[in-house]
Amino acid sequence: MTSAEVNIDERLAPLLREVSDPEIPVLSIMDMGVVREARLEGKTAYIKLTPTYSGCPAMDVMGVDIQRLLKKYGYDAKVELVLSPAWTTDWITPSGRASLEAYGIAVPLEPEADKAALTGSERIVKCTHCGSQNTRVVSAFGSTACKALFQCDDCLEPFDYFKCLK
Amino acid sequence: MKDQLYQYILGIADNSLILGQRLGQLCGHGPSLEVDIACTNISLDLFGQVRSYYQYAAKLAGGDASEDSIAFLRKEREYRNVLLVEQPNTDFAYIITRGFLFDVYHELFLERLMHSKDETLAAIAAKSIKEVRYHRSFSSEWMKRMGAGTEESHRRVQDAVDSLWRYTKEFFQPTEAEKAMAEAGIGVDTSSFKATYDQHIAEVLQEATIVVPTSPYFQRGGKEGVHTEHLGYLLSDMQYMQRTYPNMNW
Ligand SMILES: [Zn+2]
Repeated sequence: MTSAEVNIDERLAPLLREVSDPEIPVLSIMDMGVVREARLEGKTAYIKLTPTYSGCPAMDVMGVDIQRLLKKYGYDAKVELVLSPAWTTDWITPSGRASLEAYGIAVPLEPEADKAALTGSERIVKCTHCGSQNTRVVSAFGSTACKALFQCDDCLEPFDYFKCLK
Repeated sequence: MKDQLYQYILGIADNSLILGQRLGQLCGHGPSLEVDIACTNISLDLFGQVRSYYQYAAKLAGGDASEDSIAFLRKEREYRNVLLVEQPNTDFAYIITRGFLFDVYHELFLERLMHSKDETLAAIAAKSIKEVRYHRSFSSEWMKRMGAGTEESHRRVQDAVDSLWRYTKEFFQPTEAEKAMAEAGIGVDTSSFKATYDQHIAEVLQEATIVVPTSPYFQRGGKEGVHTEHLGYLLSDMQYMQRTYPNMNW
């Protein structure tokens, strides 16, 4: 049930790459790994989306953005929200991870390291400003459900860390 | 069977709705900005989970039922949440203790609900548990920090544990709907993890240098709709918009 395999119509894939996560605009919904299926039947596109977090308010916006964009290309989009299999940060693509870093959000660590970083027992999250690992957790809950707030003790700047979800 | 499944879903979801509302009340009132954000983030997770449960329940109920009508238009006696989650926000030690006693239960419960024969419930549980692990870790860390903190923080946590302990047994006293659903392989027999719950709680409390209460007195009733006086106030706050402007939307 952890399969990252998704069935996305080749004609729809490039279009869906134009839709971005409203809270992290550098990240397309494809890079985020939330599009689980995109089928085309005639002029109707059937899209299955999965939420990152249950209460993520961005999901409704993404659904509307998809419909609006596909309409421009002459498709009528039917968007359905699916919960299973549950989203994991492993589904963020390599290019998605690169965009996150460039945007100033540290990418998720593996579960054990994530726990150590968030409980403050180890300094391992790399500062997105100066690259130092001399960083500490300020709050395990950040500006959105998916992030934690960190501060760098070398350059003193705060930054976001995208929490591991598995 | 369908009615019992409906009741069963409400029993699960109402816990999260009412605790979510309590935590949401802290928005702008948390003891520090970080804690404020954490509590409202947890609230948002819980509301997200609640939406999935209520959408499913609304489908079962049919007719005009919707996630909003289930959340906002029931009467106090129709809410099935345990008494613990409706207890008011007094001091921070109390808020964290209430969360902690619930989060430990919630995680153990979802771990089992993930294996439900009901695909929708299993999917919601598998999704929610990832979020709830962060909730449990947040409240457990604060229990330890405050319990083993200053004299005053220790005293406040011990007071909160002593006062909220009486609500912890209700989790493990099944309703008719819970019994029927557990029997059918859809629901969880909560008595199967009562010992694990006690053990998890005891481990954290020990690290927090907090004494586990031994009082034999426990209170129940929420699951049958018999609530403490606090729920009515919470609901009037939560429901007044939908009651004043029926069907209003953002
Ligand atoms: Zn730095």
